Amino acid sequence: MNDLQAIQTEALRQIGAADSLQALDEVRVSYLGKKGLISAQMKTLGQLSAEERPEAGARINVVRDAVNAALEAKKLGLESEAENASLAREAIDVTLPGRPSHVAGLHPVTRTLHRLNTLFASLGYEVATGPEIEDDWHNFEALNIPSHHPARAMHDTFYFDDGRVLRTHTSPVQIRTMLSAEPPIRIVAPGRVYRCDHDLTHTPMFHQIEGLVVDRDISFADLKGTIVTFLNRFFEADLDVRFRPSYFPFTEPSAEVDVQCVMCEGAGCRVCKNTGWLEVMGCGMVHPKVFEQTGVDTSVYTGFAFGMGIERLAMLRYGVGDLRLFFENDLQFLNQFHG
Amino acid sequence: MKASMSWLKSLCPTEIAVEEIVSRLTMAGLEVDAVESASHEFSNVVVGEILSVSPHPDADKLNVCEVSDGTDRLQVVCGAPNARVGLRAPFARVGGLIGSDFSIKEAKLRGVLSQGMLCGADELGLSDERDGLMELPATAPVGLDFSEYLSLPDAVLEVDLTPNRGDCLSLTGLARELSVLTETPWQAVPCPVIAPSHETQFPVTLSAPQACPVYVGRVIKNVDITQPTPIWMVERLRRSGIRSIDAVVDITNYVMLELGQPMHAFDLSVLNGGIDVRFAKAGETLRLLDGKELTLADDVLVIADQEKPLALAGVMGGEHSGISSTTRDVFLESAFFDPIVIAGKARRYGLHTDASTRFERGVDWQLAQRACERATALLIEICGGDAGPLVNTSVAASMPSAAKVWLTDARIQQQLRVAIEPEHVITILESLGCHVTREADGYWAVAPSWRFDIAIEQDLIEELARIYGYNNLPVSLPAQALSMASVPEAKTPLHRLKSYLVDQDIQEAITYSFVDPEIQALLGDGAPGVRLANPIASSMAEMRRSLVPGLVEAVRHNVNRQATRVRLFETGQCFVQTESDLDQSEHLGIALYGQHDPIHFSGVRGVDFFDLKGIVDGLIGLNGEQSLSWVPGTHPAMAPGQTAEVRLDGERIGIVGRLHPRLARQLDLPKPLYLADLHLDPILRGQVTAFKAISRYPRVNRDLAIVVDDGIQWSQVQATVRSVSDSRIREVQLFDIYQGPGIEAGKKSLALSLSLQDTESTMDDATIQAIVDRVISALRAEIHAELRG
Repeated sequence: MNDLQAIQTEALRQIGAADSLQALDEVRVSYLGKKGLISAQMKTLGQLSAEERPEAGARINVVRDAVNAALEAKKLGLESEAENASLAREAIDVTLPGRPSHVAGLHPVTRTLHRLNTLFASLGYEVATGPEIEDDWHNFEALNIPSHHPARAMHDTFYFDDGRVLRTHTSPVQIRTMLSAEPPIRIVAPGRVYRCDHDLTHTPMFHQIEGLVVDRDISFADLKGTIVTFLNRFFEADLDVRFRPSYFPFTEPSAEVDVQCVMCEGAGCRVCKNTGWLEVMGCGMVHPKVFEQTGVDTSVYTGFAFGMGIERLAMLRYGVGDLRLFFENDLQFLNQFHG
Repeated sequence: MKASMSWLKSLCPTEIAVEEIVSRLTMAGLEVDAVESASHEFSNVVVGEILSVSPHPDADKLNVCEVSDGTDRLQVVCGAPNARVGLRAPFARVGGLIGSDFSIKEAKLRGVLSQGMLCGADELGLSDERDGLMELPATAPVGLDFSEYLSLPDAVLEVDLTPNRGDCLSLTGLARELSVLTETPWQAVPCPVIAPSHETQFPVTLSAPQACPVYVGRVIKNVDITQPTPIWMVERLRRSGIRSIDAVVDITNYVMLELGQPMHAFDLSVLNGGIDVRFAKAGETLRLLDGKELTLADDVLVIADQEKPLALAGVMGGEHSGISSTTRDVFLESAFFDPIVIAGKARRYGLHTDASTRFERGVDWQLAQRACERATALLIEICGGDAGPLVNTSVAASMPSAAKVWLTDARIQQQLRVAIEPEHVITILESLGCHVTREADGYWAVAPSWRFDIAIEQDLIEELARIYGYNNLPVSLPAQALSMASVPEAKTPLHRLKSYLVDQDIQEAITYSFVDPEIQALLGDGAPGVRLANPIASSMAEMRRSLVPGLVEAVRHNVNRQATRVRLFETGQCFVQTESDLDQSEHLGIALYGQHDPIHFSGVRGVDFFDLKGIVDGLIGLNGEQSLSWVPGTHPAMAPGQTAEVRLDGERIGIVGRLHPRLARQLDLPKPLYLADLHLDPILRGQVTAFKAISRYPRVNRDLAIVVDDGIQWSQVQATVRSVSDSRIREVQLFDIYQGPGIEAGKKSLALSLSLQDTESTMDDATIQAIVDRVISALRAEIHAELRG
């Protein structure tokens, strides 16, 4: 009896003192192994009477279970310590930089074009495209700009020896669309255009987007409404918009569109040359001569067209002050337009 | 068109402030670009007269003048070389102010008292040139306030006219428009008929009446060409940006500005026989006023005499027949030329004149005679002389006719969505010079002779809208039947492709479509690009055949700015002239240079061919299950052995490779540059997914290590495995390539992983082994592979 108590006490002491899994296992063997002290106690049961045996056995079992439980608890403790030590060794500086997974960006012109396409798509416009090397007829004649027209001088056209031209505007896409599709027509035609002009505020290549709507009963009011809505959505602001009479050979009536300066909100600044207004696009009702050239029945249909420079819009939207940056492809510039 | 406000108000006397006038003109389509002051601001400046001049006792270059300011005699020290007794010049009194900060004070100049300042034109902002004291005519009233004398201060409007508004290229035209916009009556310049004082005429023949149906001429004898142009006229010309030449030329320019009729004055003594307005004979020559010698084509209209061309009609006079210091008798020309005949001729010869600008846009075809009368009156008033009879030669059948245009109420309503009262419509159109007749459902409007841009109903709609005010018109959105766009699923949207590349950390670039022919030759395949006839610079003379030249230049731009990692792409049209056609299809170009990743402490490596290949393979993957074939390729600008031709369904779609190191050195690129140039359309083409049943049975992998000759390509290994033609072989992947100890020289070890799966059952070991054995025997047979032990 006393023996048993002493064995348990000593076993628990030794378990508590074990400082490694190996030492703990040695303790286990010395008590619970085949030749262990507790196992030896079990062997003494045979010498007892049948009446005494169950009680004595139960007492030994209690001790054995207590030692087993202590062993298991100690083992878990030692394992946990070992893992903690290992983790401590593996600790990292979480403030070190992550493995780079950069995303580059679209060119601001593409970004702006995509935005424009999306805005007009929401009104049911489809995107149309055309060639950049155009013939004289699509670029000029069909748009009511005959060869002697003073407006030709304003276009600063790039020519090829065979008489073809680099398109000076995206308007030839209007012509191509009207020739190939029946009204109702609702398109935007984005793309590169070219003018033989290179200075601080002109690059010989830039981008335009052209819009065309041809249907029954299209009015100047529809044109105004479309433009005002578009500009407010594009700039995400409720801006004043004004229409000034202007002249394009392929529209009549024609208008230039000014939007309240987005930089100074109309107060006057360097960008708007203190006028409070920014000229952003040209537009008008499709000229009957253009309809005649493309076989659209003017007794049934009317339409409107508009065109604007993408770089101009991008400059205003992002506050870029120098047009030339758009085509230098300097990463310090391009990287600013994420995703 | 530059217009002085004081001149404009003399024709349309409105009290409205300049800012408001500018706004109304601009909002009516006559955009005022700038408003400038005709002079500096100044005060207390009067017409002065120099009464005496004596040298300054202590300064060689100064004089001491006695000056009358109309009331007092004042002593003024003056350094101008043209100071002389009797000269009248602007005189700033003590207490006067020039500009905002220069006040005139009594001062001692080198010890001598100076009581005011005699002024040069530049000092008062009346000229850009420094040219001594401003010399005023002897008739200038001494003591008169100088501002009053020259109608100052005055604002000069710079009106940017659209090509359809040639009618506003004169003060009269602008006054007419301003009158409508301010509802102020305008006053026509009086052009009284000048009675002839002799009968001399000079004969005129109109040989090309369609081009010139009216020609008004007049001989004026005994003109004194030495008479100075009056200062008021010089000033008005100056404020319109025209320099004074001599009285006769100034008068023709003045009438052009005042009325809009370009005129020409010939020296009668050099004219031979009579005027003939005709088309030039091809090859005829003409030396112009500016000294330029032209060889004429037969579609050019000239004013000729019996001998030779004298002037380029509607553009510029000839040198030989113009007014000179010896001219006594003048022949004045005032004519109408058809805009289409004049248009483009000036530009063809590199000329741009005030006359051609007006005739190209259209000059009032009923104006010639009045303008001639006006010029005659001014000429006689200023230079003296005796007017002969005005001779109006015209061919009635060839005269332009006034456009008569039908405008309906319905059209106004449909286009403008507003019902304008008929009286209002008539008022607007009549105020613009139209003759209007009201009918039951519309109007007949006859356009005035000065408006060349009113020919159809829409032109009248524009006029109505313009005067009514574009911004007073209603706003709506088109009410159209809804329709749904088609969305072709088999085609990758371009935007998706760009997003993919951006997500691979490749930045989009946009480069010019024209490139340097030398760079294109260096980087191209030897074929030349399409050349521009009029490039803006020799480095932008040729259309790009691929996106490579532009991207290489963009990479260089950034490498020159210390970039160590440049990843760019571009899409856009490229231009390739084939025998029959010009191919303008869209390309995709990619350039990878320098480090593969941004710097990281775990290490960085340089980009290589397989990085770019992986990106291109990924692009194709956007469109579903398609695979490219990569075939060793060659290209003059690419490194041999690191270049591949890319094929899709057997079609060559482009080339991918490393820029030849020789070119990289030449272009100052110290690290390898990998380039792709691909046709875009095939990449965007794809197919809609067609579902295939998935297998419910496990997939097993078996690894094989084989040793093959170094020259065996991976594509041959793949093809050999594929040749086993067992649908249970799902995939073969390469997970190691080894050369070195244990492998014979000239050989390489490839570690493959076969992925096997059956759709019908779980494969047992025997089945798996049987497939693997067939693969091994195929590899042995086809590419002499040995199993590595």
